[in-house]
Amino acid sequence: MTTVREIAEANVQREIRRRWLLTAPALIVIFLAAIGPLFVMLLYSFMVKGDYGDVKFGQFSLDGWFNVFFTRDIFDDTLTFADAHLSILWRSISLSLITTVTTLFFGFPTAYFIATRPQHQRDTWLFVVTIPFWTNILIRTFAMQEVLRNEGIVNSALMAMHLINSPIQIMFTNWAVLFGMVYVYLPLMVLPLYASMEKIDFRLVEAGYDLYATRIQVLRRIIIPLVNPGIIAGSILVFIPSLGAYVTPRVLGGGKSMMLGNLIELQFGQGRDWPLGAALSITLMVVVTLALLVYVRNASKGEGSHG
Amino acid sequence: MVNGKAAIEAIGVSKVFQSAGQDSMKALDNVSVAIRENEFFTLLGPSGCGKTTLLRLIAGFDFPTEGQILLYGEDIAPLPPYKRPVNTVFQSYALFPHMTVAQNISFGLEMLGKPKEEIEARVAEMLKLVQMESMRNRKTSQISGGQQQRVALARALAPQPKVLLLDEPLSALDYKLRKEMQIELKRLQHETGITFVFVTHDQEEALTMSDRIAVMSKGNILQVGSPRDIYDRPAVRFVANFIGETNFLEGTLISQAKGEAKITLYAGATITAILPDGPAPAGKVTVVVRPEHASIVAAGKKAKLPGKLVNIVYFGTDTHYHVALSKGGEFIVRHQNIHSGGTEFKVGQAVGVVFEDPAAQVLKD
Repeated sequence: MTTVREIAEANVQREIRRRWLLTAPALIVIFLAAIGPLFVMLLYSFMVKGDYGDVKFGQFSLDGWFNVFFTRDIFDDTLTFADAHLSILWRSISLSLITTVTTLFFGFPTAYFIATRPQHQRDTWLFVVTIPFWTNILIRTFAMQEVLRNEGIVNSALMAMHLINSPIQIMFTNWAVLFGMVYVYLPLMVLPLYASMEKIDFRLVEAGYDLYATRIQVLRRIIIPLVNPGIIAGSILVFIPSLGAYVTPRVLGGGKSMMLGNLIELQFGQGRDWPLGAALSITLMVVVTLALLVYVRNASKGEGSHG
Repeated sequence: MVNGKAAIEAIGVSKVFQSAGQDSMKALDNVSVAIRENEFFTLLGPSGCGKTTLLRLIAGFDFPTEGQILLYGEDIAPLPPYKRPVNTVFQSYALFPHMTVAQNISFGLEMLGKPKEEIEARVAEMLKLVQMESMRNRKTSQISGGQQQRVALARALAPQPKVLLLDEPLSALDYKLRKEMQIELKRLQHETGITFVFVTHDQEEALTMSDRIAVMSKGNILQVGSPRDIYDRPAVRFVANFIGETNFLEGTLISQAKGEAKITLYAGATITAILPDGPAPAGKVTVVVRPEHASIVAAGKKAKLPGKLVNIVYFGTDTHYHVALSKGGEFIVRHQNIHSGGTEFKVGQAVGVVFEDPAAQVLKD
């Protein structure tokens, strides 16, 4: 005999099964597209590298991770700290930070300008901001090369104005990479900033003026705290892809201003050291995660102290 | 026309809004008005009459196209809002959502660079004034509409402005709360002794709260006076029509003396009516009589204006009698229902309308 309780339990079981079944497509996509590849990377980083790329399956080795931090001399096998990797990591982080701050600096007034236009004009301005997305990033970066190279627009203009006698070397320096990244990521900063600003009731700004706040004080005490979610979102959207940027440093920075993305690509390409590449990728991910944790915690703390 | 000290004086103020591709809009047309110190002054008019524009010019959010705005004799028209000792209570309250109640109230004082102890004392005082002490650490989103209203008031009063501007602050509240806040506002004005300039489209609000009212229409001030003046002695048709209900009677002016005029109404009688200030009208004039200033009587000799009762509308506290006058036109009489029980009049009955002479007011137009 089946009791009421058994029937109820069977119902609960069936309900649970149905929920799993319904969420299965989403779970499969998440696993295959996001978590799965990460496991593959993790696995590869602990394998022996193959002779012509790839890895030797089943042969466990810590070499990949070892090579992230140390370099073994080819001739006498002495170990030295991998300062090249460190300097590339440091360049990636510092350039990404500067890119984030610079896009914020230029993006904030841009977003403010759009948000304060009449409704029908805003869409047009937003449209203008998104126009660069229509062109492939590689082409846009090569266009940037035309601007920055020795015979490019910037140098020609400066020389025509007799401000300089010989062209300034901009290409293949950190500056070129910075210019390129700011240009590429600026819309990613403007859009979330705009989304936050659009929600601001500009009567609050009037209320601020009315209560004796000057323009700077209104900006600091009213607008910035209210746009804070947009600042956080925009910074994340710019900082993360900057850290892993590949095309821009490759085209504008060359071999001298390499960033993490290029270093990783090198391992999977000419370097034929997939375990090292995988280990570097995971290192990059850990750096991003740590940076995000620190940033989000501090940013929301700043907001919390406000009220 | 200014007696006593004028807190705010607008002299020949015009404001034209120019927008690209469209006709320019004249929101204020050569407006002059003097607001006295410590008075509760109301700008009353329908939407689009320019009352909010005038308030924004005083606050400094907009600048006049022409004219001067004096604050205690000093022209403030070119000053930005943060340099004017004037504060505003906004229609939507515009409380800062990222701050607590207390932080909202202290904002103005902090911007003025007041010492910390003074700010704290003042905030406590303000919280007490608007009875919000227990809410000081709440976020503004966590309090009700009426409470937000109180915080907005406290925030605007905290820096002790010379003039407080209120832009339809009660319009978002429900009826009962609005009644309470009307009394509350009057009390605050009395206790603080600050000049209040109040903008509303609600005539009842204006009549109950104000010391003086300016009735505005289409960018002009039509009449300035005490609530009783405005109600009993409307100078122009718009004012008579906008505030309360009224009966318009056409007639011919026969003679005039000492502010009074003899007028033969087309409806029949010859009456004495009060003339408005300024140049007296002549010839064909309009006279207004408030429904409650007239009574209804049975047809007969006493009846000033004979007619027929066409409708009786019962309102609880009072009853409206619609009388079709014999010579054309309709006249409404309002009777206070002092005693319980029905009315002695019936629809269709021949009746007469009577009113005492001072009840009739001649309009300028």
